[in-house]
Amino acid sequence: MPSGFMQFADKYLMWKEGPMIWGSDVAILLVSIGIVFALTYFHKWKWLWREWITTVDHKKIGIMYLICALLMLFRGGADAELLRTQLAIPNNHFLSAEHYDQIFTTHGTIMILFMAMPFIFALFNIVVPLQIGARDVAFPYLNAISFWLFFFAAMLFNLSFVFGGSPDASWVSYPPLSELGFDPGPGENYYLLALQITGIGSIATGINFLATIFKMRAPGMKLMHMPLFTWSTVAACVVIIFAFPALAIAIALLTLDRIFGTHFFTILHGGNPMMFVNLFWVWGHPEVYIVVLPAFGVYSEVVATFARKRIFGYSSMVASLMLISVISYFVWAHHFFTMGAGADVNTFFAVASMLVGIPTGVKVFNWLFTMYRGRIRMTLPMLWTIAFVPCFAIGGATGIMLAAAPADYQYHNSYFLIAHFHQVLIGGVVFGMLAGMYYWWPKMFGFKLDERLGRWAFWFFNIGFYVCFMPQYALGFMGMQRRMYTYPADMGWNTLNLISTIGAYIMAIGFVFIVIQVLYSVKYGERDLTGDPWDGRTLEWSLPSPAPHYNFAVIPTVTSRDVWWELKEQGRTDELKPKAEDIKPIHMPKNSARPFLMGLAFFVAGFGFVFDLLWLGFLGLAGVVACLIARALEYNDDYHIPVHEVVETEATLGRLG
Amino acid sequence: MAVHSGVTREPGHKKHKATQYIVGYLRSLILTAVAFGPALTHTMRVGPLIVVLTILAGLQIVVQLYFFMHITEGDGPPFHALFLVLGLIFTFAIALMSVWIMGFPAFMAQVS
Repeated sequence: MPSGFMQFADKYLMWKEGPMIWGSDVAILLVSIGIVFALTYFHKWKWLWREWITTVDHKKIGIMYLICALLMLFRGGADAELLRTQLAIPNNHFLSAEHYDQIFTTHGTIMILFMAMPFIFALFNIVVPLQIGARDVAFPYLNAISFWLFFFAAMLFNLSFVFGGSPDASWVSYPPLSELGFDPGPGENYYLLALQITGIGSIATGINFLATIFKMRAPGMKLMHMPLFTWSTVAACVVIIFAFPALAIAIALLTLDRIFGTHFFTILHGGNPMMFVNLFWVWGHPEVYIVVLPAFGVYSEVVATFARKRIFGYSSMVASLMLISVISYFVWAHHFFTMGAGADVNTFFAVASMLVGIPTGVKVFNWLFTMYRGRIRMTLPMLWTIAFVPCFAIGGATGIMLAAAPADYQYHNSYFLIAHFHQVLIGGVVFGMLAGMYYWWPKMFGFKLDERLGRWAFWFFNIGFYVCFMPQYALGFMGMQRRMYTYPADMGWNTLNLISTIGAYIMAIGFVFIVIQVLYSVKYGERDLTGDPWDGRTLEWSLPSPAPHYNFAVIPTVTSRDVWWELKEQGRTDELKPKAEDIKPIHMPKNSARPFLMGLAFFVAGFGFVFDLLWLGFLGLAGVVACLIARALEYNDDYHIPVHEVVETEATLGRLG
Repeated sequence: MAVHSGVTREPGHKKHKATQYIVGYLRSLILTAVAFGPALTHTMRVGPLIVVLTILAGLQIVVQLYFFMHITEGDGPPFHALFLVLGLIFTFAIALMSVWIMGFPAFMAQVS
């Protein structure tokens, strides 16, 4: 082979790094060929373009978010299994130190930004407009842009594994370690650019859903009539809007340092790396509330539905959601108690951190009181919700231990911390997102996920979880620090680490069961013909599953909380069926290819800056500007669905009143 | 592009002239340039410099709110203003507390 190609292969394709890269190359190649072949063979290209890539329908965007989130859960999970395999036995050399660094970096970044975030956005998109009686979000075009920015950012980030090298300065990427002098190569740039691009999309989503909820509720739906998932979306959006800019600034400054030679965070030239730590956590701590608040919303819906009771303490639920979103801004320094800001600063942030536990505690008690003397049905969403309670209680208790600043000097960056945040992020967020996925799956696709396989998944995942993470609390007390790639045999850590790794494998089996469950249910899952498979309480269950693309043929008038339940109790459900004479032409946004092209332009720009190809970077940005201008000059972006078409659709669904 | 029950444009949403955006953009650029001046040339002491920069940042917020976010033309219920207040609280809390944290008060007390 020509030597030019071999140099390219060594430098960018990393073919000397061993079988993991080769395997990934082959897998990516095979999957790509498979997708292209399948789309061509079944003549699906046009369908893909018309129905999905150019769509501005919130339900389809939600489904695309969900698919991406599950794929990223797989990637992040595979990273986790590699890490745990490396740590299973002492003095292991399954991974080199460098590879270990790269893998824990991508594991953390993917799980937070490319798994948890799209998962909550999936539920926002699928649920919120249906719950508040709206036909779409406030800005459907912007919604599509948000999705494609996320999608291409995720592509850019994942590309690093097989092209140029992964980031390796951990998901927090503190300078000076992440500065050019200590971390040359494109890996860290991939991290910075991918986060920047997906962050823009996240801010837009926050604004979009806040506007949707405040401006587009069905007539009669007062704020205190809104379902709690919608309230949790409000709380999460408030945090997104105010927190994400801090991340954007922090990584923009670090990008300038690395690509344009500025010195915001390099000590030698008057910069201050600790400022990055500060800015990162101004976003970083609220971020964990961004992902957990929607999970709280899911639990509230699930508990009320499957205990067949009104949620206990609705107004205290709302108040605690809003309180959490405010207090979450005043706790960030607890991530760096050991940086040395002093006793006054640490005391303030320690007390604030403990305060945030109070509204959370209120919520947990409200869920328990809702279940109390309810007729509980043990469905999959309810199982995950019940499993969440003890898991989050333990995570919360260890969180209070960490919040005590003097004690934190002992636990800081030990496996105690690792066990704590996995317990709240898996037990809180992942359990919640899975509960939400099971709960709204029939609304998205028109069939339920198989209960029996789901129970296997549930038990494997839960037992695996405790086997994996409980030993890590002890390991932390025994002095094991995070991010160490191997350890000597005489530390007394061997057994616990081996147990922890076995737990990680059991969790992986749980995930495999979820995959099997989805595949099995596509064919054999129980079909949902009523639109209300769980005997639900809120407006989305008044629609057929899946909902028609305009959602509501006639926008309902809301008179109470849990309006669908009230109507069922009073035998008045027919009132929500549209009458032919009430149907008017429905105003809808047109599909557009531009959000996709804009994402692509951002991808090109990101790729250019990653490899210091400034011309390519600015070319990509020019593409972004071109999309913006084209949009500004577009006037014909909406259409009306004629009455007869709506009437026909409703008639085939058997819903005409 | 609000997709609402038949209502395409609500009464409060007047069309805004492009000149207003351009004037706002120029003003924010000028404010940025004025802030850069003393920060780059080191002509001021750190204490007064922080005060000046904070005031300029405050003016920047006013420009953004007035020219781009049309704060004087809101037609929503009064509680929407709460979010604005919340935003201001967050902004100042984050800025001032960052100064507090990054000033390393305990360390400075030992040094002096």
